[in-house]
Amino acid sequence: MNPDELREIATKRREQQAQFEDHIIVCTGTACHAAQSEQVLENLQSEAKQRGLTKRCSITGGGCRGLCAAGPMVTVEPEHILYQGVKPNDATAILDSLDNQPVERLRCDTEAPFFARQKKIVLEHNGMLDPEEIEDYIAVGGYTTFLNVLTQMQPSEVIEVVRRSGLGGRGGAGYSTGLKWSTVAKAAGRHKFIVCNGDEGDPGAFMDRSVMEDYPYRVIEGMLIAAYAVGADEGFIYVRAEYPLAVKRLRHAIREAEKYGLLGLNIAGTPFSMKLDVRLGAGAFVCGEETALMASIEGRRGTPRPRPPYPAESGLWGFPTLINNVETFANVVAILREGSDWFANIGTERSKGTKVFALSGQINHTGLIEVPMGITLREIVFEIGGGIPGGRKFKAVQTGGPSGGCIPEQYLDIPVDYASLAQVGSIMGSGGMIVMDETSCMVDVAKYFMEFCMSESCGKCIPCRVGTAQMYRLLDKITHGEGTLDDLQLLEDLCDMVRHTSLCGLGQAAPNPVLSTLRYFRDEYLAHIVEKRCPAGVCSLHGEAVSL
Amino acid sequence: MQATTVIAAPPSEDKRWRIVQTAMRRHGFSPNALIETLHSVQSAFGYLDEASLRYVAQSLHVPLSRAYGVATFYNLFTLKQQGAHTCVVCLGTACYIKGGQQILAALEQTTGIHRGETTPDKQVSLMVARCLGTCGLAPAVVFDEEVAGQNTPENAVHRINEWLNHEPG
Repeated sequence: MNPDELREIATKRREQQAQFEDHIIVCTGTACHAAQSEQVLENLQSEAKQRGLTKRCSITGGGCRGLCAAGPMVTVEPEHILYQGVKPNDATAILDSLDNQPVERLRCDTEAPFFARQKKIVLEHNGMLDPEEIEDYIAVGGYTTFLNVLTQMQPSEVIEVVRRSGLGGRGGAGYSTGLKWSTVAKAAGRHKFIVCNGDEGDPGAFMDRSVMEDYPYRVIEGMLIAAYAVGADEGFIYVRAEYPLAVKRLRHAIREAEKYGLLGLNIAGTPFSMKLDVRLGAGAFVCGEETALMASIEGRRGTPRPRPPYPAESGLWGFPTLINNVETFANVVAILREGSDWFANIGTERSKGTKVFALSGQINHTGLIEVPMGITLREIVFEIGGGIPGGRKFKAVQTGGPSGGCIPEQYLDIPVDYASLAQVGSIMGSGGMIVMDETSCMVDVAKYFMEFCMSESCGKCIPCRVGTAQMYRLLDKITHGEGTLDDLQLLEDLCDMVRHTSLCGLGQAAPNPVLSTLRYFRDEYLAHIVEKRCPAGVCSLHGEAVSL
Repeated sequence: MQATTVIAAPPSEDKRWRIVQTAMRRHGFSPNALIETLHSVQSAFGYLDEASLRYVAQSLHVPLSRAYGVATFYNLFTLKQQGAHTCVVCLGTACYIKGGQQILAALEQTTGIHRGETTPDKQVSLMVARCLGTCGLAPAVVFDEEVAGQNTPENAVHRINEWLNHEPG
């Protein structure tokens, strides 16, 4: 496949698409699927066939539009009409509307803040592509960037563009992607690997699932660019087995890319070759940690090992290995296409670009959003998210999953960037954002995350294995009204110890939910301990109030 | 030294072993295909028993201890036979704060079993998930591979009762 052949496919596909007056796109992502979107798609297709509309109207499956709780979502182009909560028997009304007015009762306002306040780079295709059609992706310019990079740029130039863009790792830590690439590029090795970390284990995070499900070709293109830049010739996409649809679509996308000569030997007649495979996780949170992830790819138990050596020097089977997150790879394609200045102009001084968040919990508009770095949490929760349902009061927003913290109302106006979130005791994390209202007990939430870390601790190092269990016991005691003030002190001491002595990020970050809730909601802990009362009414306590 | 090309024989005549063999062949019987192979065994047979672990270990030339270690390390692998139906309650953060825990408690009470167990009549297995990534549907429950959203303890119990009351005749 060379650039000319690619252009030809794109032109042909666009011509095919132009023959249709209307395009109806039904979201077939996991959430819409659960709301019977396949049936909606089937009904639309069969009824269109009966009515002889198949020549004027294309009806296909597509990706996520973001508003997951309102699914199934159906889009009608070129009119940009978006429908929500579509039932299988709405097919007739939608087809009737093609020559008439849109179906008002199903209409979803695309000018609403939920859509208008977003800035899309990773999700730029807006769910319009059929995730199982490589030519759909090629028609919107897919793989053009990769072939341009491959045929016109030196690997070092590619790395320089990524470095200057300021892109930080979207797995959560924000380490400069350009620097990571250049370390792998400089590492000596006759063979190098590239890995896409799709082991999105944080509960409450589904950004990567959505990107892998909707834009598998884009993830592959990002990996191809990275592989060329660092000199890798083999790669793996490590996906958690809980995401069967993502696995299926990635496997299909790899086969298609091979068929089109975009993966394989001597791509576009150059010396660059690339082999790609999907590897499945099997339900282990710790495998999101890069050294554990590599152990898992090698078919072993996913236990981390000390770093250095970093994977960039000694990774899979001892070879230099580049590991990036799904969203990072998806960003790379746009950066190489638009240039580093374009990307560096989006976001804040130190956090560039956009971030995809999975917004959920006690919030009106649950779903997937992409916002520029620097937007405030208040804008996300109250404008894009539409605030808290039922007139209840906002209490905290949790970011970063079990490694993150709870941010209270007083900090809602901080900008969303790596440094600001860290300053208030949380982390950017991979992008889960869970909103809690007054019905959530913060001690119970801390206990919930500690139970998670305790169960998911791989058991290799003692501080994490034993420390998380002891912290969980203390929190359990407190939520049952049996805790003392000494227990609280012990809990804080343990947090400090586990944080500083654990082997990997899982243990080092496990105390974060406790520390951040202690910092902002200490009164709730004291209510449980001293008054034997749960202010949110979640915990059932059976102790006598202590008189001070 | 001669290369060993002996391929271990499957534990039984069951045709499902062909699926497992295909998975192993796809990876050239390499030891690093262990997790992929165990996935194929579990999806074909529902669980991993001792005979299958021995067979996979032998075929991929890994010690049995490593196959057992991997099978017990990862949450998704199970060494016990599952019930005719499975119900997975998501306890991800979004589902948890929207009442996933109460759904689980109600189901445990109805079935008389705890999470991770199967009813004595082998009808229902009750499992929990860390996060299904369908937080928009919270609280989510998977009934026999079908994800259902916005559940309540009542509707979940209703679904399970349908399974419990329809024992094969």
